[in-house]
Amino acid sequence: MKIIILGAGRVGSSVAETLVSERNDITVVDTNGAPLMQLQERLDLRVVVGSGTHLSVLEAAGARDADMLIACTTSDEVNLVACKIARQIFNVPQRIARIRSNEYVDQPELIGPEGFCIDHLISPERSVTRYLERLIEFPEALQVVDFAQGQVTMALVSVSPGSLMTGLSLAELAARIPDANLQILAVFRKNRPIAIEPHTQLQLDDEVVVLVETRHAHRAMRALRRTEKTAHRIMITGGGNIGARLARELVQQGYAVKLIELSAARCEELSTTLPEKVIVLHGDATDEILLEDENIEGADVFLAITNDDENNIMAALLAKRMGARRVMSLISRRSYGELMEGSRIDVAVAPDQTTIGELLRYVRRGDVVAVHRLRRGATEALEAIAHGDASSSRVVGRRLSQLPLPPGASIGALVRGETILMPHDDPVVESEDHAIVLVTGRRLIPKVERLFQVSASFF
Amino acid sequence: MKRLRILLNIMGFAMMLFAVTMLVPVGVAAYVDDGTLNAFLEAMLVALVAGAIPFFLTRSHQHELQARDGFLLVTLVWTLLPLLGCVPFLLYFAKVGEPISFAFAYFEAMSGLTTTGATVLQGLDSLPPAINVWRATLMWIGGMGILVLAVAILPLLGVGGSQVVRAETPGPMKDEKLTPRIASTAKGLYAVYLGISLACWGAYVSAGMGLVDAYVHMAATVSLGGFSSHDASFGAFNSPLLESIAIVFMTICAVSFATHFKAIRQRSAKAYWQCPEARYVVAILLLAGLAISAFLWFRGTYATPFEALRYGMFNTVSVATTTGFANTDYAAWPVFAPLVMLLLSCFTASSGSTGSGIKLVRFLLILKQTRLELRRVLHPRLIAPIRLSQRVVDNRVLLALLAFLMLYVTSITVIALLLILTGLDPATALSAALASVNNLGPGLAGVGPASTFAVLDDFQISLCTFGMLLGRLELVTVLVLFTPTFWRH
Repeated sequence: MKIIILGAGRVGSSVAETLVSERNDITVVDTNGAPLMQLQERLDLRVVVGSGTHLSVLEAAGARDADMLIACTTSDEVNLVACKIARQIFNVPQRIARIRSNEYVDQPELIGPEGFCIDHLISPERSVTRYLERLIEFPEALQVVDFAQGQVTMALVSVSPGSLMTGLSLAELAARIPDANLQILAVFRKNRPIAIEPHTQLQLDDEVVVLVETRHAHRAMRALRRTEKTAHRIMITGGGNIGARLARELVQQGYAVKLIELSAARCEELSTTLPEKVIVLHGDATDEILLEDENIEGADVFLAITNDDENNIMAALLAKRMGARRVMSLISRRSYGELMEGSRIDVAVAPDQTTIGELLRYVRRGDVVAVHRLRRGATEALEAIAHGDASSSRVVGRRLSQLPLPPGASIGALVRGETILMPHDDPVVESEDHAIVLVTGRRLIPKVERLFQVSASFF
Repeated sequence: MKRLRILLNIMGFAMMLFAVTMLVPVGVAAYVDDGTLNAFLEAMLVALVAGAIPFFLTRSHQHELQARDGFLLVTLVWTLLPLLGCVPFLLYFAKVGEPISFAFAYFEAMSGLTTTGATVLQGLDSLPPAINVWRATLMWIGGMGILVLAVAILPLLGVGGSQVVRAETPGPMKDEKLTPRIASTAKGLYAVYLGISLACWGAYVSAGMGLVDAYVHMAATVSLGGFSSHDASFGAFNSPLLESIAIVFMTICAVSFATHFKAIRQRSAKAYWQCPEARYVVAILLLAGLAISAFLWFRGTYATPFEALRYGMFNTVSVATTTGFANTDYAAWPVFAPLVMLLLSCFTASSGSTGSGIKLVRFLLILKQTRLELRRVLHPRLIAPIRLSQRVVDNRVLLALLAFLMLYVTSITVIALLLILTGLDPATALSAALASVNNLGPGLAGVGPASTFAVLDDFQISLCTFGMLLGRLELVTVLVLFTPTFWRH
């Protein structure tokens, strides 16, 4: 695919890095030359210096025969205008814009073909907020993602010291939660996926990918968990876009939220715009006295989500030492994330990975409706729709166990409308079924994509 | 160790690819039956085995090439391939009973691959056609670069691929990519090269050359190399029509292939106008050709203006583009003319073309910088960045240019001095050094167009061989390997 990416910031460059490794023709456009040169040194892509709203720049970037434009500069306005130009002047078939502000999001006449001609909006802040919310809902998990409009939940859970799961075989584990339809899709031991059999025993520090119907999710997760306690008291540091959104959502769901922000002016603003129940505190999250005064040992979840990685790491480490039950930290730099996860910080959230997941569903061939990246990008879970009939599709009309899946890929569930079919019943795939597939290696993804593509005779 | 394996893998591939190109002389030898078939088959076998062993032993190591390994890889490949390429020469001349030394055979192969066109062989007209075809084929591959071909075919190279292409293609600013992925850029460049080659071949054949002669001269023209299958070079045909065709194609190939690629893709000649070099290349060739012709006419070297124009134009374009064809012994002209031509060969070819020298773009940048300094004397507070086709040139490019010029002048001086030290006369030594580093071919005096490099001894010829390698890989790629820091981790 020929893809133009506007903006070589954090989102833009990590999107470029992901897509270029999947053999796409990438051109990155930015007004600032320095980050572009770095990208070009590191990756096999082309760069163009200039504004993404200028026709000559887009032309030079190859907009005439591009398949997709991803506008993810820091400015909403530039992204909007670039999509409009891409549609009306260059006729780029697919246009995706990153929009930060809430003002534009729910305005179909502004976004749609009559307005700025944007096919898909992505909002990194919104997706990170949503992602954090789910993590707070299931505090034992490292990652929680949804499929099929929230009907199915997939979680990555680590086997922690004293966990009920240690030493259990997978069959015993499933037996503990009899009617929850829990499905174990993969087990990672020392960062490598291992072959799973019903008698495989779980060890300490294994990471397990489980899939469960959302309505049973709470019960299932509770059964896996050491304590019965759910999270209630949340402490957030960093009152930026994500912090403010998250605080608002959490308070509305009935959590007790404290929000720590460094800038006094921003605190004023937050305290007027957020619901009164949010306790806005002015101070530094790495200030022990402040944390102690605010009863950090009583906090169920501590979230460090300022825009500074180092600050987040230090605040989270401090909070953990001072007695916060579970600490999560937003860490943008991948190397920091790998360093910190599994240390005293319980969950390291990589904001770019959630955004890329949103984008990838538009890049994947075949009818893919959702893509989520697990474990910092090494593993991908996708929801693909089977189309066609037994003659034109390689999946329709076959039993799940007969699908020619490459080793390393497994189907977690089949969603047919409101019904969720689990693999142990070995159902026959029908057209329009949503299949949830877990792929544990990037190289396998094209094979899985091909599986769900309809052969040409379908049309 | 892992890095070495990756290098070996790609080198093995390049060597096997090189072996495949030997099919051309093998085919000719089999068809004409000139007695060289065995020499070429043996050479091909040697190259195949030499390439296949490292390639298959390291097949599981097809990882990404690191950026700095590009320099090492390119230099290694460019020193190894002439080694394989000279095997047919050694075998053939040993068989006919007039063996040539290894240094001479290696020189001949390197001269072909670096598109220099200097030769140590005499009696070209009586050589078997397959030998001449092989010399031309070496030039054709060397023109665009064998690793660019490898990158086009092998998709595995990734970022390392662009590093390799950068190290192998001449020019100071190689950041602008034609297509997002390096493999498709390499394919595009080769497609343009192939297209121009076919056009040139067709033009020669239809203007009356034999098929083999046309192939040899086509390869030598589009690569701006200058090997001929005749001792008298283009003079052997004595045809103004063929010479005009050669002038046109030499000019075309002295323009950047990236510009040709853009023009073809946009289906408009606008790209040539936007290219910072193309119009200057044409202007320099035209004006210099006319000036030299006028000079020759006024000095009475030729009787008629037409004759002066024919010889003046052809030889000027040929030398200035670093091709090195001759249709007369221009070294016998009043010495001013060949000196100007040699000077032109230093900078006329543009970056991204198949020519060598310091490249026109660097020359333009120096001119602009000089003009800027002069203006700054008048306006001390002047802010005026150097621009090339509306793009600001980074200061680092200008500084790198200084270093490049320093290396260029030093290389030529050192080689010339060493040649003088070992007993050559100054004119021969200096022109031999220039002709080697500029990948031009014939020089003046002892190595002029009427004679060959065979007058040099083994040491001198090796010096020139090294000079050609330096010139083709633009000095930095080779010389960076001689810095101690390159080898330290």
